[in-house]
Amino acid sequence: MEYVYAFLIGGVICLIGQILMDATKLTAPRILVIFVVSGVVLQALHLYQPIVDLAGNGATVPLPGFGYNLAKGAMEGAKNGFLEAITGPLTASAAGIAVAITFGYLISLIFTPKTPKGN
Amino acid sequence: MKEISKEDNKAMEQQKKEISKAYGKYAKQFTPKPNYVGNGIKAFMVGGAICTMALWVQNQLMAQGINEKDAGTFVTIGLVALAQFLTGLGIFDSIAKFAGAGVIVPITGFANSMVAPAIEYKKEGPVLGVGAKLFSVAGPVLVCGISSAVLVGIIYWLMGR
Repeated sequence: MEYVYAFLIGGVICLIGQILMDATKLTAPRILVIFVVSGVVLQALHLYQPIVDLAGNGATVPLPGFGYNLAKGAMEGAKNGFLEAITGPLTASAAGIAVAITFGYLISLIFTPKTPKGN
Repeated sequence: MKEISKEDNKAMEQQKKEISKAYGKYAKQFTPKPNYVGNGIKAFMVGGAICTMALWVQNQLMAQGINEKDAGTFVTIGLVALAQFLTGLGIFDSIAKFAGAGVIVPITGFANSMVAPAIEYKKEGPVLGVGAKLFSVAGPVLVCGISSAVLVGIIYWLMGR
């Protein structure tokens, strides 16, 4: 059953993104920012945790899940004092960000730009 | 004299506005209307499939005795690396053309948004080209995401005192 929820919730979040892309003039970077920040805000209001509990990766893999992870780190850190409230977001997402930067840099250095076929 | 020139300016601006409006209408005729339903279904199916596969991989990892938190981190790392590798090969673009938000909204889109501009600006060198462009999209996302989360942390800390 959790697979069904993961599929449905993940699909719906992507569908919202597609509608934003098609129906508004928002560019992709803005949409990414909106998704991440909305994840942060929803988690701060304790609204995203129930979705994660229900759908697992269906809620954590889309970008609001990244925001959720940041906010969760901050909220858990805040229990242990001011410093951890500040370091919490980056601590929670350190692995993902580290890999994205390091592996992304490596890939960008190795590969050369591809000209799209048919153009 | 001053009054006249002001009015002239106003008239000219009005005319400019009308021209740009007419051009906008004219250009709209040739802009293909997005296929809302088709794009929506594709985004839903592909996005849902990515999340389902991620859950399956995470369950496999947890069956190996890895705890839930670490398994989730491994899944995220795997998705990021896979998306960046496919971007390097030039395959991600073709997938994104089909699936749209289905691959852009999951963490794969964030990973792609780092590598794609970085490769494009490779000519400008490894520091100011690749190094800087890696963050042309990821930068705003990280800045807005992290600063809002830090703010949330501070608010929660103040509330907990």
